[in-house]
Amino acid sequence: MRTGAQLQRIGITGRGLVVALPYLWLMLFFVVPFVIVLKISFSDIDLAIPPYKPLLEWVGKNSLAIKVNFNNYAFLFTDSLYLRAFGNSIKVAFISTLLCLIIGYPMAYGIARAKAATRNVLLLLVILPFWTSLLLRVYAWIGLLKANGVINNVLLSVGIIHEPLTMLYTPFAMYVGIVYSYLPFLILPLYANLEKMDWQLLEAAEDLGCRPWQAFYKITLPLSRNGILAGSMLVFIPAVGEFVIPALLGGPNALMIGRVLWDEFFSNRAWPVASAVAILLLILLVPFMMWYQSVQARETAGAR
Amino acid sequence: MNYRSSYFVLTCLGLGFAFLYIPILSMVVFSFNASKLVTVWDAAHSPTLKWYVALLRNEEILDAAWISVKVAVINATGAVILGTLAGFGLARFTQFRGRFTLNAMTTAPLVMPEVITGLSLLLMFVALEQLIGWPAGRGITTMTIAHMTFSMAYVTVIVNSRLASFDTALEEAAMDLGAHPLKVFFVITLPIIFPAILSGWLLAFTLSWDDLVISSFTSGPGSSTLPMVVFSKVRLGVSPEINVLATITIAVVTTMIIGVSLWMARKARLERLVA
Repeated sequence: MRTGAQLQRIGITGRGLVVALPYLWLMLFFVVPFVIVLKISFSDIDLAIPPYKPLLEWVGKNSLAIKVNFNNYAFLFTDSLYLRAFGNSIKVAFISTLLCLIIGYPMAYGIARAKAATRNVLLLLVILPFWTSLLLRVYAWIGLLKANGVINNVLLSVGIIHEPLTMLYTPFAMYVGIVYSYLPFLILPLYANLEKMDWQLLEAAEDLGCRPWQAFYKITLPLSRNGILAGSMLVFIPAVGEFVIPALLGGPNALMIGRVLWDEFFSNRAWPVASAVAILLLILLVPFMMWYQSVQARETAGAR
Repeated sequence: MNYRSSYFVLTCLGLGFAFLYIPILSMVVFSFNASKLVTVWDAAHSPTLKWYVALLRNEEILDAAWISVKVAVINATGAVILGTLAGFGLARFTQFRGRFTLNAMTTAPLVMPEVITGLSLLLMFVALEQLIGWPAGRGITTMTIAHMTFSMAYVTVIVNSRLASFDTALEEAAMDLGAHPLKVFFVITLPIIFPAILSGWLLAFTLSWDDLVISSFTSGPGSSTLPMVVFSKVRLGVSPEINVLATITIAVVTTMIIGVSLWMARKARLERLVA
């Protein structure tokens, strides 16, 4: 039989191996790429493949020159298009998050308070769209919202309207698309939080004379704070950089930063500018990501 | 519990689910519509299966679907291996150097906007190619690596939370009785987390199968995936074949999800009986 010390040694090296593989993978393919984006955001655009100039260049025989330029960033701040796109993305993501909360909170609450058997079915119904292609579900809204689409046809035939409403390729369509796509991301963490709630607290409050709304406002809402925050972050952060939904539903004027980045990269082949946009977007979002992580840590700590 | 859902909550649930399901149902219904106008019901000739036949004859879509399947299967398998290791490490080793970083690196991809992940991975592949000559160009390999990077984060979360809800007593007992840590993992831990691994595999498959943005950045000529083909078609407007594709997707996903959850419910019942 092995001695304890040997076992421990094997255990420790084994542990190292277990985490080393995912650790190295994420370092190489998740962290290092950001360093490269940062590097390229400081280089010049070039008509070559790849379309940027190297940051480090041999000058003469022995000296290495570093050419850092802030032109790409300066460009982003002088052309008002980019700042407007950033502003608009934050606005759209913020309003969408609020709308998701307004629609999703009562749903999560209703699911958490349903009987166990019903609860599982309802949960399944929330998860199902999440597994169905986002692209196809966004596409479905084109068919619903367009001029001769389902909604207009129904409204026309009932006689509520007399000419088709313009809905597709408007900000309205974009909001509908974002709220629709991200709603499950808000409901699920919120449900996970509400499910752990001790409902007797509500009964106690009502016994002591609280109106149901008061009890909700004073007890349920504060206790579900972490669920609200986690769900909101899961909507807000990806929505700021969303590309597919504005591209399909928002029309040519939908100015979202994810779309600007895409066009800089694919249409203009301006890789350094796209990189600078990515870095600014990242700087904007990292505080929210850290906030999300600390909320998550609190949630799991509370669960144990 | 004598709580009864108020009418307000019930109405919200009803409207919410209608909002989630009307678009999906509309695609299913109109996939049987004969009219080329898609959303205008042609009562004289519908329902029809003609768009189903058209889809099955569409070489472009079938080729793209085959590429998507290949990428998704390799991705899911790789992501499950990496994600299980990471999830196990995070749940069972409470203290090790780099724990904080590993935790952050497995949480960040969940919320990172796809355009950023896609761009950064592409630039990474280009830089690697300049540096060591690998990967030569972009294609299925680079796309699969990119997909594994974000889908392993999801697997990590699933495995981690499954392990967190299981106490370590069984594993410790086996270790006390002298079992090698590897044996404990394969005989005790793995069967416990198997449902999590299965859902992780399916989720990783779906994430890869659905991905448009990261694939567009990291793919090369001749390796267009299904979402890329769908996106270029859909940009031009609605198309009856896409409704068919959506209906097939929905049918497969629904069957799979209901099947897996029935299986898990049965397994949980058996576990309760044994315990």
